[in-house]
Amino acid sequence: MDKDQMQDFIAKRVAKELCEGSVVNLGIGLPTRVANFVPQGMTVHFQSENGFVGLGPTPAPEDADPNIVNAGGQPVTILPGGCFFDSATSFGIIRGGHVDLTVLGALQVDEAGNIANYMIPGKLVPGMGGAMDLLSGAKKVIVAMEHTAKGAAKILKQCNLPLTAVSAVDLIITEMGVIEVKSDGLHLIEINPEYTIEQVQEATEATLNIDNVSEMKG
Amino acid sequence: MDKVISFEKAAGLVKDGATIMFGGFMANGTAEGIVDALVAINVQNLTIICNDSGYIDRGVGKLIVNKQCTKLITSHIGLNKETGRQMTAGEIEVVLTPQGTLVEQIRAGGYGLGGVLTRTGIGTLVADGKQTVDVDGVTYLLEKPLRADFAILGGSLVDKAGNITYKGSTNNFNNVMASAADIVIVEAEELVEVGQIDPNIVITPGIFVDYIAK
Repeated sequence: MDKDQMQDFIAKRVAKELCEGSVVNLGIGLPTRVANFVPQGMTVHFQSENGFVGLGPTPAPEDADPNIVNAGGQPVTILPGGCFFDSATSFGIIRGGHVDLTVLGALQVDEAGNIANYMIPGKLVPGMGGAMDLLSGAKKVIVAMEHTAKGAAKILKQCNLPLTAVSAVDLIITEMGVIEVKSDGLHLIEINPEYTIEQVQEATEATLNIDNVSEMKG
Repeated sequence: MDKVISFEKAAGLVKDGATIMFGGFMANGTAEGIVDALVAINVQNLTIICNDSGYIDRGVGKLIVNKQCTKLITSHIGLNKETGRQMTAGEIEVVLTPQGTLVEQIRAGGYGLGGVLTRTGIGTLVADGKQTVDVDGVTYLLEKPLRADFAILGGSLVDKAGNITYKGSTNNFNNVMASAADIVIVEAEELVEVGQIDPNIVITPGIFVDYIAK
């Protein structure tokens, strides 16, 4: 799989977690692709942190409305039934537990479900944007990311970058498999048949509990 | 009182050392005409409160590139490389604040509240040095209110009384900031006479607005 295929593969698996009628917030980058794989016939309300519900697909350049952008500043559309609001309402929705699912990328995740995804001190400091609020308020948090960063483990015993949130992650979905975060640590629950359990563990610094692994849903 | 002034007159109200809130999210809903006028007069030593630092050529990013901002309170600087460069070089102080906390600090400042209690940021660098408060067994961070000398807003349809409506996603921080500054200026994309906006659809009440720049 090249990078593009890998990201689509991960996004497609994340889409299996979507539920009818749910309110979902997708992070920038790989998570945004999840919107392309909503099961046929299912209604999902995508929330855009900059102030609307009903986030629709990217328009053709000639149809773009300069007044409607997503949280990455890119032109998007709003679907019938959607609505706009200010940032206080937007984060009331987010922090107040009205978002059923958020999907975010990460630099690191660890055995306690801690996540680091907003800065590498002295190197890369984009800021947290709405991520800290999403992690504290969304009912379910999925981290969707490539399993390693150029071979270096991202799923660690303990994060060493500044945390975005403590004990916030519920599920980690990568090209290698699906890992559930439980009170006793990480459980590998699905595996991509292209890999062996040994290969997945080798690419993961944290210890994976392997009790009941099934084939990754495609 | 006639609230309507030019972009130049609006910018001229701002003096060196002022604290300014700018509405807009990645420059969507930012008052670009007033930003350009502020760049032209080169007012210095500004503290800017804005969701993000825009782009190098759009939104508040233009003031950062022109080195007019010495302190920035914001949630995200990732799409303006110059902000990161100035921060690393020690030329600008950046206070990174979670987006939902930032908007609530502003709302508290404008709505007469002594702060807000939030779970956001607990266990992170954001909590450093901040007071925590336990409410019914849950620990919250106390985030203090924010106010500014100026709030500079971008409005889509504005009447001469200062009532504002917003198109699309341009509202974002604008409506909340309207309550939280000593002098509030809205840049009107379209300006109409009093009575031409249905009161049912006004989002920001004109009583918050001191000046309308067109």
